Parts: sequence; structure tokens; C-alpha cells
Amino acid sequence: MSFHDASVFAQTYGLVYLFVLFLIVVAYALWPRNKDKFDHAANIPLKEGDDVQN
Amino acid sequence: MISHKTIEKNSILMLVLTLVVVSIGGLIEIAPLFYLESTIEKVKGMRPYSPLELAGRNIYIREGCYNCHSQMVRPLRDEAERYGHYSLAAESMYDHPFQWGSKRTGPDLARVGGRYSDEWHVTHMKNPRDVVPESIMPGYSFLAETELNVPDIAGDLIANRRVGVPYTDEMIAAAEQDLRTQVNPDADEVDDFLARYPKAQVRDFDGDPSKVSELDAMIAYLQMLGTLVDFASYDAEAGKR
Amino acid sequence: MNLLWLALSIIGAILGLLLSAKAQDQGMMIHGMIFAAAAVLAAYALISRHYGAAKSVITETGGVNYNTDIVKAGVIASTFWGIVGFLVGVVIAFQLAFPVLNLDLQWTSFGRLRPLHTSAVIFAFGGNILLATSFHVVQRTCRARLAGDISPWFVFWGYQLFIVLAATGYVLGITQSKEYAEPEWYVDLWLTAVWVVYLLVFLATLWKRQEKHIYVANWFYLAFIVTVAMLHIVNNLSMPVSLTGAKSYSLFAGVQDALTQWWYGHNAVGFFLTAGFLGIMYYFIPKRVNRPVYSYRLSIIHFWALIFLYIWAGPHHLHYTALPDWSQTLGMTFSIMLWMPSWGGMINGLMTLSGAWDKLRTDPVVRFLVTSVAFYGMSTFEGPLMSIKAVNALSHYTDWTIGHVHSGALGWVAYVSFGALYFLVPVLWNRKSLYSDKLVNLHFWVSTIGILLYITAMWVSGILQGLMWRAYDAFGFLEYSFSESVEAMYPFYVIRALGGVLFLVGSLIMAYNLWKTARGDVRQSETNNLVVNAEYAVGS
Repeated sequence: MSFHDASVFAQTYGLVYLFVLFLIVVAYALWPRNKDKFDHAANIPLKEGDDVQN
Repeated sequence: MISHKTIEKNSILMLVLTLVVVSIGGLIEIAPLFYLESTIEKVKGMRPYSPLELAGRNIYIREGCYNCHSQMVRPLRDEAERYGHYSLAAESMYDHPFQWGSKRTGPDLARVGGRYSDEWHVTHMKNPRDVVPESIMPGYSFLAETELNVPDIAGDLIANRRVGVPYTDEMIAAAEQDLRTQVNPDADEVDDFLARYPKAQVRDFDGDPSKVSELDAMIAYLQMLGTLVDFASYDAEAGKR
Repeated sequence: MNLLWLALSIIGAILGLLLSAKAQDQGMMIHGMIFAAAAVLAAYALISRHYGAAKSVITETGGVNYNTDIVKAGVIASTFWGIVGFLVGVVIAFQLAFPVLNLDLQWTSFGRLRPLHTSAVIFAFGGNILLATSFHVVQRTCRARLAGDISPWFVFWGYQLFIVLAATGYVLGITQSKEYAEPEWYVDLWLTAVWVVYLLVFLATLWKRQEKHIYVANWFYLAFIVTVAMLHIVNNLSMPVSLTGAKSYSLFAGVQDALTQWWYGHNAVGFFLTAGFLGIMYYFIPKRVNRPVYSYRLSIIHFWALIFLYIWAGPHHLHYTALPDWSQTLGMTFSIMLWMPSWGGMINGLMTLSGAWDKLRTDPVVRFLVTSVAFYGMSTFEGPLMSIKAVNALSHYTDWTIGHVHSGALGWVAYVSFGALYFLVPVLWNRKSLYSDKLVNLHFWVSTIGILLYITAMWVSGILQGLMWRAYDAFGFLEYSFSESVEAMYPFYVIRALGGVLFLVGSLIMAYNLWKTARGDVRQSETNNLVVNAEYAVGS
């Protein structure tokens, strides 16, 4: 592999990799089934004094 | 309740995903640079530092000169006029570590070699304001007073060879002697020394023949900066990246 | 387990003495002795801990016996190192205005003190804040006591030893010359050992958690710990000249070394000074205003987008250098994209206050936290701007960069840390409130004026420098010599130093206030107006 090949690989597949990664993250964050989990998680710091519930 | 095992798995999963994400970024970006031949231009004249220059470079690093002086001329019109030809990757190919710097509180030094006389440097190092009234550089009068103390210069050359600098066995064997030869133009070994390190400058840099001082090493280093590459034979088009 | 630690400290003491005796240079001799002394102290502490029957008082909060001592230690250390770091910063700022202050001694010249300043503020002040808050947040949000008994203390004291070795090394002239990674190979090895234990303590606490979900602040802390480990190891790969000498030569040379260094350098900003401190933001802002974070979904996108974009941005430190052009463009592109997650995070932090904006007026600690997020937004806008090659051609190598760094470091990193410290001290020492809210307010204004003086002076001097360097006269020659541009900087260097003095004074006010708070004092004139610590427990 030459410098040229390496840089072309980085510039093409690098872009695809990033885009796919971004889509996965957005899908995970916005997936409707995850909503309850996140609502619960957001309140973790605020209920330290309470008894632990899972 | 979720079992202990899956909980453990989640945090490890998080750790692994983070590592994968951050290391792929670094790999794609940095790895191509290691296909050396094409990253670094073909130029004539580059050679490893002579023992005295290397010792001077280590003092340059020790005093933190890189905090205020860059060694990287950018290909911009004003920089070419102020400092000279823009810096090539090849010019720092033996620099472990690089000294490109990030700030110019003082001027760029990539091509300072030969710009000023040794006497100018001696005065400037003692008290910069004696030659440049506006200067805010600290004085380094202790360099002239301190004898150059390198416990094992051959060891320094060997360490450099281990990380890829082409020091020969002959250079390593003669390192101790070369350190002294470079400040003594009358020595018998000067010709051999110059054969090992072409274009090296041999003279008593600090004007004090009684000892090899840290200032000798520092000026020897400064006076060779940017003087090695033969730009008459450099093909800018072929060097484009 | 105690025996193992004891054995390790005895081995450490012997190793330190051996290094000191066989040392090739003065630096290694002194460092060997410091290491041996630290190991002896550790052994002494372990033994007296074993025989000292009195176990520390158990403080239970919500049914969990949290380890608060380690967090207290981190709070004290960061306050101390913060003041040291700011003080050295003020000294070197004055050195640039009045060079006579370099004293022409090797130990006091700018070149050796500048790394002392940067390391003291980033690693000593910032690092201890991150240790303290990460240990606090991971315990609280997992509802589990910190894992390990001696290990957390090894992390804390081991880290302080790293700081002392690094700082004394700089003054003695021991440096690798890689910015923010100056300590030599043996100090790097030591930090690696400390860091691995840090990671294990953090992970083991996560494994003990009683909450199913790992709160997002911990994601940021975990990413900070893991990525900094990777960056630290790769950037510090080097070949020592001798195993008993301080000097080493970096594994990489020239252009590869430069990119590795700035891949490290920029991600030290991205993961040490950003990700870690975002962990602080995501816990302490919701806590202090008593509201959940504005959007948890946004925080997830913020997290992943931030870590996968940041890692690419390093080459913008090398625009127009001998680095291949495509790498520069890549670094610029990612730096600009980074603007989006950064502002996403800023919006998330600020909007957490929606419905509670009055707290900005009534609670000076909230003011510190919110202002820090505003500065975060400002410097993450300025950063992408400066990474554009055309802008960078002017700004690079000038004071503009210094101003940019300090708007992030003083405005964002230090302010969010101050907010966390003001929050933590009443909680850890179980006090009803701070000693004085008015002093917090005074601290806020004194240091804010300091920051404004600092960054405006550096904007003007930076842009002026850049313009003077490229100015041509009517005949087509360069108009100014370099020394003329140095001369023009003088008034701005004085103003910058004064800004630094104000910031230092502010931190001294904070230290006084925190000390009085820890003692349990309350300023008489404010008794009835102080913001109450919600976690205050009567009778414990």
C-alpha cells in the first residue's frame, strides 16, 4: 500500500464509517422504546436520597 | 433485576466502543504518514546531527526554547521573505522529537543558521537586550559559564539509532572525540569528522578556547539550522503533498 | 491486600534509592530520592492505618456508605494546585512584559516555567478536580461505595507524586519538549500505572452499581479516562538513553512526531479538558438547579458525536506546515463539524435551567456553572473559526491562540470547576450552606473582569501581531521587523498580566470561603440569606 492508496482509503471509507456511526447513534437516541429508560436515567442524580429502585 | 454479569458487560461494552471510535479516527489520520518514502520529499544534503549539534539541541529542548520559537516556515509570501524557503518535511526527518513549535513570541528559527555571527550569538545569549533592545527573551549567561557535561554521548547516538536515525558504527565509536573536534579547527581529526558530517561547521563557537561550554553546543546547533538541504536541486512540484 | 501494597511501597523505596545512587544526571538523582521518600511515606501510612483502630466515621447517605474522604482530598488538592498554577501563570505573564523578572537563572526562566504553569493548571488543578468529581459522581449516580480500599488512595497520592515529579523536573530542565506531555519516560511510566488503577477503580464502582442505567456523566468520565490513557501511551513512546538517566528520544521523528503530538495535544483538550468537564456539567448543573438535564437524548448524541469528531481535529494545529495537505484539510473539516455537538452540549446545559432562570440571580454558584457553559459555547465557536486555514494563516503562532485557550481554560474549565467546588464543600463536610454567598459573588465578578481583560488583550495583540508580520510598505518590502512587533505587544502583555492577577485574587477569595465553610463557619451578616445545601443532614 502506498501513501496515495492509504490516503484515498481514509478519505472515502472514512466518510462512510462516520456517517454510519452517526446514523446508529441518532437511531439509538431517538428510538421510541428507549424513551422510558432515558427519562429514568435523567433523574438519577436528583433522587440520591431516595431508596434505590430498579 | 438484571444480573451482575450483564451490568459488567455494559460498562465494558461502553469502554470498548469508546476505544474503537477514538482509535479508528487516529488510525485513519496518522497511519498513512508512516508510508514514509512518499510523505517525506527526496532532498539532498540531510544528515544526522553531529554530536556537538545534538548536545546543543538537547540544551535547546532543556531550556524550553520551543515555547517561544517555531522551526517551521510556512509557504506564505511574508514568511518566505522574512525567514527564507518554506520548511520541508525532510528537514526534520531526524528530529526526535520535532521542534516545529506552536508560538512565535520570538522569531522562527528554522533557518537561523548563518544569519548572525558567533559573536552576535554570544552577546545575545548573555543578554539579548544588548543586541536587540526590544527583546523580551530571558538572558542565558549561565550557558557560557557551564562546561558541557554529556555523560555518554555515544549512548545518545545509540538511542537515536534505535529509533531510526542512521548513525553508523563509526560515528558512534568516534562520538566522544567528534564532540571535541568540532570546537577545535586545529585538531588532526577534522577531516575525518567532516567526512562523517558533511557541511558541519568547525570552530570555537563561544570564543573561549579554555573549555567546551554549553554555549559552544548551543551556537553550533543554531548555526546549522536550515543549512543542510541543497535547494538548488530541490524539485518543488515533485515534493507537493 | 494491605501486605501487597506494603510490599510494593518497600520495593518502590528500594528502587528509588537505587535509581538515585546510580543516576546518570542530577535530575534522576533528585527524582530517585523523591520517589523513595514518597514510597517510605506510603509504607508508614499503610502501617499506621493498620494499627490505628479508629475507623473513619461512617456517613450514610440514602443507605450507602459513600467514600467522602477521597473526594475531600481531591477538593483540597485541586484548590491548592489551582492557586499554584494561577500564580505561576501570573509570574510568566509578567516575565513577558518585564523580561528582567526571568532573573537570568536557569530555574526561573520563562522556558522552564511555562510548562510548569500549563501542567499545574491542566493536570494538577484540572486533574484533581476530575479525580474528585468523578469519584463523587460515580458513587452517587451508581448508589454504591467507591470500589477498593487502598486503591483509590493509591490513585490520589500516586497522582500527586506524578505532579511533584513533573514540576520539579521542569525546573531542573527535564523535558521531552512535547507540549502538555513534557514529563520524561520514567514519569510517564509512573502515570500509566496510576491511570490503570484509576480506570479499574472507576469500572469496579460501575460494576457495583444499584442503578440499571449508567448515568451520562459517567460516560464522559469513562471516555476521558480511557482515551487519555491511549493518547498518553502513544504520544510518549520513546527510547531512554539509559535506564538510570532522565533523557530519552521520542520514537517518532519530524512530521510523524508532529502529528502524533498534536493528535495528543488537541485531544488533551478534547478529552481531558472537555469530556471530563462535561461529566461535571451533566451532574452538577442538574443537581444545583434540582432539575433533570434538558434532553437526555441530546446528551447521548452529544457524547458520541463529540468523541468521534474530536479525535480527528488535531491537524488544525499544523496548518501550512510540512504535514500533507489532505491531513490539514481533514483536520479543518472535522474541527468545523465539531461546532455542532459542542453547541448541542451547550444548549443542553443552559436549557436545563428553563423554568429556573431566577436561580441565576439568587444563587451565585449557579451563575458560575452557567457562565462556564456560555464560555464553553464561545470558545467552541472560536475554535472552529480558527481552524479554517485562511484564518489560521493569520492567527497561528500569535497570542490569539493563547487568548482562545484561556477563554476555554479560565471561562469554561475553571468556572465549571469552581461551581463544582462550591457545591461539593458543603455536601462533603455536611454544612448547611457556604460560609458566604456574597464572597462567591465577589469571586465571580473579580475573576470575570480578569478573564475579559485577558482575552481582549490577547485578541488585540494576536491580531496585531499577525497583521504586522504580513504588512508590506509602498515599495513592496516587509513593513515591520520582528522586534517591532515584539515592542508593540508590551501594553497588552501588561493588561493580560493584570487580568491574571484578578483571576488569582478571585481564587484566593474562593479558598478562604471554602476553608471557612469546611470549618462550619457562617458569615453573620448573611445567616438568613444563604442558599441551603439540599443534602444537609441534621445530626450526622
